[in-house]
Amino acid sequence: MSDGRWKRYWVAYETLVAKEALRFLRIWIQTLLPSVITTTLYFVIFGRLIGERIGPMDGFAYLDFIVPGLVLMAVITNAYANVVSSFYSSKFSHYIEELLVSPTPNWVILAGYVSGGVLRGLSVGVGVTLVGLLFTDLHIHSYGITLLIILLTAILFSLGGFINAVFANSFDDISIIPTFVLTPLTYLGGVFYSIDLLPGIWSQVSLLNPILYMVNAFRYGLLGVSDIPLWIAFTLIGCCILVLTAFSLNLLRRGVGIKS
Amino acid sequence: MSALIAHQLRKVYPSGLEALKGVDLSVEAGDFFALLGPNGAGKSTLIGILTSLINKTAGRVEVFGHDLDREPEQVRARLGVVPQEFNFNLFLPVLEVVINQAGYFGIPRREARVRAEYYLRKLDLWERRETQMRQLSGGLKRRLMIARALVHQPQVLILDEPTAGVDIEIRRSMWHYLRELNDNGTTIILTTHYLEEAESLCRHLAIINHGAIIATAEIADLLKELRSETFVLNLRGRLTELPALGGFVLDAIDESTLEVEVSRGHSISGLFEALSRYGIEVMSLRNKQNRLEKLFLDMVDHRSDTATSSTPGQPSGVSYE
Repeated sequence: MSDGRWKRYWVAYETLVAKEALRFLRIWIQTLLPSVITTTLYFVIFGRLIGERIGPMDGFAYLDFIVPGLVLMAVITNAYANVVSSFYSSKFSHYIEELLVSPTPNWVILAGYVSGGVLRGLSVGVGVTLVGLLFTDLHIHSYGITLLIILLTAILFSLGGFINAVFANSFDDISIIPTFVLTPLTYLGGVFYSIDLLPGIWSQVSLLNPILYMVNAFRYGLLGVSDIPLWIAFTLIGCCILVLTAFSLNLLRRGVGIKS
Repeated sequence: MSALIAHQLRKVYPSGLEALKGVDLSVEAGDFFALLGPNGAGKSTLIGILTSLINKTAGRVEVFGHDLDREPEQVRARLGVVPQEFNFNLFLPVLEVVINQAGYFGIPRREARVRAEYYLRKLDLWERRETQMRQLSGGLKRRLMIARALVHQPQVLILDEPTAGVDIEIRRSMWHYLRELNDNGTTIILTTHYLEEAESLCRHLAIINHGAIIATAEIADLLKELRSETFVLNLRGRLTELPALGGFVLDAIDESTLEVEVSRGHSISGLFEALSRYGIEVMSLRNKQNRLEKLFLDMVDHRSDTATSSTPGQPSGVSYE
């Protein structure tokens, strides 16, 4: 493949990412601020007011224990929301055709949208972390694991948002999965508790929840404790990313939801 | 050299509708080509396939020798498309829409800005560069779609009803610019409902009906084959009796308006002479119908009436497919 072609791909990718980033930055009150405010309330209510009565969890103050989960919850929600909303809007208003008539390959289109989701997820993640620092001192156990897990999680949920947008036929369809699937899985994914607290079979049932693995791996990166072995978490996330990427590219190749 | 070849293109939609039934089409490099057809004939489906917006069921598309299936990027890089429906992000400013489109074609931002300025100035949109799309009128949006389609300097420009809904002044200025582009070597393929537009701009045409190309021709040859033209004459004074004139079919619309069908081989001056012999003076006249429109209707009607490809009376400059 010629250098010229790679350069074209890079320019197309850069254009898409810049467009996506500008989109969520222009409407930051709708995209960045709500998660930061919601998480601040979690810190105040669950961390300060209720948390002090709950006592330590896994050897950490309750507020410190919930910080990783709250940060990751914001990343998951925003990465997903960015791609599902942006890609569906481009379908709805037909400006996805600007890309479809161009020589931009499908994998660049996918990479561009996913990168947009990752950028928004990370931006909100940083915002929530900064708010967390107002309530507690944050010690990072492993920078590498922390950054890697937050990046992989944002990629995974951006892909999820993309697939949702491809199949969506109305604006209702892009809110169903976040409301009825993502939110319950996140709340039950060990954000607010250790699964060791769950009685009997429920701790085993929790292992079916993929978000549990991400929250725990991220908690390991920050605090050095996890309910789940790290290698399992990374393997699971890596496999999910590979499967969803292949599935998304196949949808784009067949033009599902975007071509007649 | 052929700029674009479509070979046996078929499209069957999931509903079972066969929109294209094996379309063959060839457009020479540098041509200004009209694709005509009634509503639902398959024009937009054909253009959708050529521009990668619709998946074909079967067939082959080549653009300057590059096959759409094997080298889609090469094909798309050579095509610019102005779709029938507006397809913008309504919240973006004009300049950003054009720069982004250039970016998707791999043109770096600095170069993209220079080109965007050139085309926006050409189409009288530069002063509106910071205006959001939703604030533009329909005519300005149409012009922006042309600027956006040109920013990567395509060799083939495909326009699907580019002047639909725009006022006469904007339409004329768009025609002027399209002629200029074609003169500079861009191959242009145009679908339009305004047959006057096709007659004024294009050199060749294809007529598509019921998903099949029913005729291809050079427009000049085609017009020579026009068997008759109908004129509406405004007369001085009242018409008391309809005269019988050889070679002309007369029909009185009212007391002072006459419709005359002039057969090929008979001239307008001959008509005037014949009328003056009866003391009828003509104040003004106009074509009842655009000439191409008449031919178009004749062909579509003719092909609807008969399934044969060789019919007595068929114009010799026209190739029926």
